[in-house]
Amino acid sequence: MKNNILNIKNSMHANRRWALIAAYTSLIIFVIFFLFPPYYMLITSLKTNKEIAEMASNPWLIEQGVTLKHYIYLFTETPFLTFFKNTIIVTVCVVIITMIISVLAAYSLSRLKFWGSGVLATGIFLTYLVPETLLFIPLFKIVGWLGLLNSYWVLVLVYPTLSVPFCTWLMIGYFSSIPKEIDEAALIDGANHMQMLLKVFIPVAMPGLIAATIFAFTVSWAGFLYPLAFIYSESEMVLTVGTVTTLIKGDVFNWGSLMSGALLAAAPPVIIYAFLMDYYIAGLTSGATKG
Amino acid sequence: MAEVLIKNLYKIFDRTEAVSGIDLSIKDKEFVILVGPSGCGKSTVLRMVAGLEDVTKGEIFIEDNKVNDIPPKDRDIAMVFQSYALYPHMTVFENMSFGLRLRKFSKNDIKLRVEEAAKVLGISELLDRRPKQLSGGQRQRVAMGRAIVRNPKVFLFDEPLSNLDAKMRGQMRIEIKRVHQHLNTTTIYVTHDQVEAMTLADRVVVMKSGKIEQIGTPDEIYNKPVTGFVAGFIGSPTMNFISCKIEKKTKRFIAKLNSDLEFMIPKQKEKILSQYINKTITLGIRPEHITEIKQKSSLKIEAKLDIVEPLGMETMVYFSINNAQVCGKVSPDQSIQNGKNIKLYFDSLNVHFIDPETDLVL
Repeated sequence: MKNNILNIKNSMHANRRWALIAAYTSLIIFVIFFLFPPYYMLITSLKTNKEIAEMASNPWLIEQGVTLKHYIYLFTETPFLTFFKNTIIVTVCVVIITMIISVLAAYSLSRLKFWGSGVLATGIFLTYLVPETLLFIPLFKIVGWLGLLNSYWVLVLVYPTLSVPFCTWLMIGYFSSIPKEIDEAALIDGANHMQMLLKVFIPVAMPGLIAATIFAFTVSWAGFLYPLAFIYSESEMVLTVGTVTTLIKGDVFNWGSLMSGALLAAAPPVIIYAFLMDYYIAGLTSGATKG
Repeated sequence: MAEVLIKNLYKIFDRTEAVSGIDLSIKDKEFVILVGPSGCGKSTVLRMVAGLEDVTKGEIFIEDNKVNDIPPKDRDIAMVFQSYALYPHMTVFENMSFGLRLRKFSKNDIKLRVEEAAKVLGISELLDRRPKQLSGGQRQRVAMGRAIVRNPKVFLFDEPLSNLDAKMRGQMRIEIKRVHQHLNTTTIYVTHDQVEAMTLADRVVVMKSGKIEQIGTPDEIYNKPVTGFVAGFIGSPTMNFISCKIEKKTKRFIAKLNSDLEFMIPKQKEKILSQYINKTITLGIRPEHITEIKQKSSLKIEAKLDIVEPLGMETMVYFSINNAQVCGKVSPDQSIQNGKNIKLYFDSLNVHFIDPETDLVL
């Protein structure tokens, strides 16, 4: 009897050990695979041009000393800071516009049952399914007609066509999960629709709001096709396209500065994700444990 | 404090009539309970009084004001929901004060009112907690606190105890009664639990299929039901229904259950039963009127027990008459077992006769 229990215990231990080994192995492979590009960006940006160009050097390590030359070049010889500023302006505007439109749209579609609201909700989501590679051709015509070509404000106008549908759809899901009695309680407590949205819905759906913000931020920060198609002056360019067009000249690839530019461009999303992730998790688990 | 008057109220959802012509007058300070099986329209009536559902037809008055088209926030009512409906992101204090803050009460006034209500409900030490950190009973108290602080004209309760376990339900029932005695606010309370209806209400409204079956004090509803439905719905275990035949024997009326069992009908019922002679009608008798104690008006039954249910305080016994299951109530010290025969007495003064066609108690 005692032996039996011991056997079961041992087999459970073995089982758990194998599960852990499998989990760690796959996770480590995954992490290496996805962390390699940033690592490569980092070390390449710190290498001298000579070491980058040498076929014999080890691409994984810095062997001939560290240099900040590429960073200095990036800041002094290229309009990198302008790109950065433009990207921030575009992204902040896009995130604000997206969140205002999609929160209001999601609230009305999930709560104010009006004629055609169901069809409208599906319609909004369907617009998200049209790829930007198809959209930029007709959009080119439209923004040209609006006189916005070659200005970063065009991005503030067109990025929401990608971010609003998805964020609305995401927020509809979050708002729909809020029990109907909560609205009714707020209604009896004396809240109007705006107060209900601001004081009850938005705080309760905060994790969803943050997820939507991250999405809108990413769409705007990392967008490549639209700025490539609509903007051609350096002073109006954003990071993604600007870095590439100024640092690749003909067939000359300025690898060191390209990598340092890419690394710096990738830093804000990483910082924002890290900060919002904490908030996101805190929102999800607040009050879950007995205090 | 206010009266509530409901006149010829109708609610139709997509061609289904949920409420069909309700008339109800609730006095100031009265505790009225709407009770009935699920889908009888009781919650819909309450929600129409709250303003959460539109009125299809009819009128609702709160303190002489017609409120049909007045939004919920201006009706001066407070509602407690079955699911508590607390705001998950707010502390208990914020939950209770939300309505006051929206109505722009001063900070001091809010603090005073919330603390007062918290004291009444015994939740003073929970004011900085969030709903997730509270037990079901505590959440229910907070929901009540949220209603109390506003000092509304009418309290509306929508099955407030259904999500609690049996023990907590008993405690909260007493709590609600205590709060009502303390505040004396007009209250409309919806439940499907007839124990709550019997213990809390000044008056009970029994509803069925969107209509009122009977309005009366708990005592009237229990002892003088007007329909077979009310008789069967109120009381646990439910009233026994047995078919019987009315016969006339040497000037007196006899209710004949089967060839062995018959009893003389009390004189005061003879007149109304005279048109049912030689007809089969339904006899209703509550379990507590089938006991082991012999009384003057008793009819003796030799019962073969199918099931014995000892409850501690009393023992319920189940047996059959005319293929109908009948429940009796005996004292717990009876040494009785399943399958045994036992002598029981049927109190013929406490029977109800029900017309099987109209369902009316005669």
